[in-house]
Amino acid sequence: MSAEPIATFASSLEDLGVDLVRTAADEFASTVAPLLDAPAVGTPLPFESATLPDSVETDPTVAELEAAATGVTAAGYGIADYGSVVVQGGADGAEPVSLYADEHVAVVAASDVLPDMDAAFDRLAEDVRSGTRQSIVATGPSATADMGSLVEGAHGPMDVTVVLLEDR
Amino acid sequence: MSADDRRRKAERIRHLLDTEGDAVHENTQVFNEGRYESTENLDDYDELKDEARAIKEDAIERLPDLVDRVTEAVEANGGTVYLADDAADANRYLAEVVDGRDVVKSKSMTTEELDVNESLEGSGADVWETDLAEFVLQVADEAPSHIVAPAIHKSREEIATLFNEVFEPEEPLETAEELTRFAREYLGEKIRDAEVGMTGANFVTAETGTLALVTSEGNARKCVQATDTHVAVAGVEKVVPSVEDLQPFVELIGRSGTGQDVTSYVSLFTPPVDSPTFGEDDLEPGDDREFHLVLVDNGRMAMREDDQLRETLYCIRCSACANSCANFQHVGGHAFGGETYSGGIATGWEAGVHGQDSAAEFNDLCTGCSRCVNQCPVNIDIPWINTVVRDRINRGKDGDLDFLVEGLTPDDEPGGVDPQKRLFGNFDTLAKLGSTFAPLSNWVARTDTARALMERTLGVDSRRELPEFERESLVEWFESRGPRVSREAARRQVALYPDAYTNYVRTERGKAAVRVLEALNVRVDVPAAGESGRAPLSQGMVATARSNAEAVYDALAPAVAADHDVVVVEPSDLAMFHREYERLLPEDSYAALKDRSYELMEYVYGLLENGAGVDALPDGDDERVAYHSHCQQRTLDLEPYTVAVLEDCGFDVTTSDVECCGMAGSFGYKSEYYELSVDVGETLAEQFTTEDTADRTVVASGTSCLEQLDALLTRRPAHPVRLLDRE
Repeated sequence: MSAEPIATFASSLEDLGVDLVRTAADEFASTVAPLLDAPAVGTPLPFESATLPDSVETDPTVAELEAAATGVTAAGYGIADYGSVVVQGGADGAEPVSLYADEHVAVVAASDVLPDMDAAFDRLAEDVRSGTRQSIVATGPSATADMGSLVEGAHGPMDVTVVLLEDR
Repeated sequence: MSADDRRRKAERIRHLLDTEGDAVHENTQVFNEGRYESTENLDDYDELKDEARAIKEDAIERLPDLVDRVTEAVEANGGTVYLADDAADANRYLAEVVDGRDVVKSKSMTTEELDVNESLEGSGADVWETDLAEFVLQVADEAPSHIVAPAIHKSREEIATLFNEVFEPEEPLETAEELTRFAREYLGEKIRDAEVGMTGANFVTAETGTLALVTSEGNARKCVQATDTHVAVAGVEKVVPSVEDLQPFVELIGRSGTGQDVTSYVSLFTPPVDSPTFGEDDLEPGDDREFHLVLVDNGRMAMREDDQLRETLYCIRCSACANSCANFQHVGGHAFGGETYSGGIATGWEAGVHGQDSAAEFNDLCTGCSRCVNQCPVNIDIPWINTVVRDRINRGKDGDLDFLVEGLTPDDEPGGVDPQKRLFGNFDTLAKLGSTFAPLSNWVARTDTARALMERTLGVDSRRELPEFERESLVEWFESRGPRVSREAARRQVALYPDAYTNYVRTERGKAAVRVLEALNVRVDVPAAGESGRAPLSQGMVATARSNAEAVYDALAPAVAADHDVVVVEPSDLAMFHREYERLLPEDSYAALKDRSYELMEYVYGLLENGAGVDALPDGDDERVAYHSHCQQRTLDLEPYTVAVLEDCGFDVTTSDVECCGMAGSFGYKSEYYELSVDVGETLAEQFTTEDTADRTVVASGTSCLEQLDALLTRRPAHPVRLLDRE
């Protein structure tokens, strides 16, 4: 993957007010630990050598899920033009983990950052055909203007941080 | 409409302007500006719109086949599909599925259309709206006033008062954050306890049975994840072929609606989904979730067979037509809407799903200003749908029984047309008479007795000044004066189109146009061509508009055939030539006239660009000018030419940025709409009474705009060509 989508991804995230943290896989644990406000919940990451700290509860109860400050999940891919991450939850629980905590920390591999929606929808279609039951194109935190002015955190996280795994 | 009906309608509008107008105006303004900004940053905006349009055209064409395919796909995935004929059928099936269990819902206009909540509650279920705006309306027991932001008519203060009264929290709620947090927690419990999650769907893909849900809140995701049974209710027109087809819509829908490049979540569910669901204390496997897709016909398949209403089915419910509409911005969807849908496209939806009577309630609020046309992400000609439905409403009222009256009317419409519409639709006849009997006709029309009679019988508001007819029409003036540039010396030859206003009322701008063109060495003729059809078209009198269009074409055809240019002073008539004539004239006549016709200032710009000397025109000498372009002129992208010409001549120009002046031909004369018209006009007047603009000379291109500005400002406005005229 050329550097261009990554640079675009970084500037799109900046426009959205989403923090971007870059890390090499072997430094993942030490980079990620300070980002995870306790209590943290998560789903196991599919990246070799990037595993979650023990403090992250990966089999939360409903109460733990609702009380979580941080929810960390992998994201299948990123979309550079929009600063979006695609959360592909399933039986592993990525959907509730990315949805109930105050902050969602999404971990995406640099090689999975796609340039634009065109490329993203080709991948999304491919995934659906091979059995992925849900893909959320998530861009920034949940938000509403229904109560008179813009409020972040509307039935979803009020903060999002993207962790970019640079060598996979 | 009777005088009493007009009075009641005026009262209702006045009430909404007072109670909801400010909140609606403020919020739609944010969406409208956001859309302009966000789409401007999208490089391939027009290509994406064309792509989206093509996908919808194809999908609606093949709809029965796609419905079969989506049924197979959903069933193969483990869900069920129910095709509901109408609201009763859908509600009966939904009650069966829900079976008295607790339901949490995400936002769905289609369930509003079906009155699903009332029906489910009637069968014993608890139903909670979890979209925060829908929740506000559920608590307030009110109907949506906007298809995307349903509580747009309520201010933060009103919501706080409502919540504090209903829920009596320990600490009174005040800020938007507090209100959001409160609702989030209150509904969080409902979501946790519910067994059925009901969503809509922005799109459904036939190949894979995938739902796309476009939201900014996380509630739709939660409603699906936290429950055992997922029910999605969608109009049958939401089906598109495949997931790849979603891409242009995803890039367009947020931008077109609320002005967001993309909403926080675009959720692609291919249900039943397998996310863990909530047990008593623990998360439990979600692999035996039930899924029901209810595809609703409720008139849609008949719309598909209707050549005029079919386009409505391409609508993706983004709300751009509402947000870009001056009338909507001022009064909102409680006036500009039917039983369920609101905004410009609602006329098509309401006529199709609830019937013509629902559309008739608000259809007149579309003035045909056309500002929505370029904003629609699937290029629907929304004003045309409004016109066609208006025509059908006209004909529906005892139209075919009244054959005696029919023979006596000056137009091609049936006898049942409302006298008010007939009056304004036949402006040409009226103007001709007014001119023939001027000034007597003007004196009579101005008397209190005449005005009271006109208001009572025709609904012409007596607070509005009537146009004054000139005894000598522009055509007559030109006939006796003759052309002043010889054929040999002429740079170009032009037929100046004498629209009804320029010909009979504002002849001074026609005379100025002749002189300015002559100063630039153009040989001008003013052929006796009649009214363009704009006036009857705006009243929904399509047959009359067509015969006017044919007559105008006959009158201008010799000039077109001789390779002369046709120059038009009135932008609404140029817009007829360029847009609506496509539907009223044979294809080659339409194309010939369109290719040859120009707005006056656009034409002057072309002359200056092609060698005519600006010295032939007066020096503006830095005179400060405030210019209001015309709505239809801006839709055709013709505003910049007037600005460029005036600046070339040395004027210092600033422009308005409102969508429409609010006068819109006859609209501002109608007693039931007068106050709305003035309310819309005030926004323009405010822009021309700021510190920077208060002392500027005011110019405007459209007759209606001039009348509105004349009524609301103390300065007398004029057509910009008057600034270029040495006389």
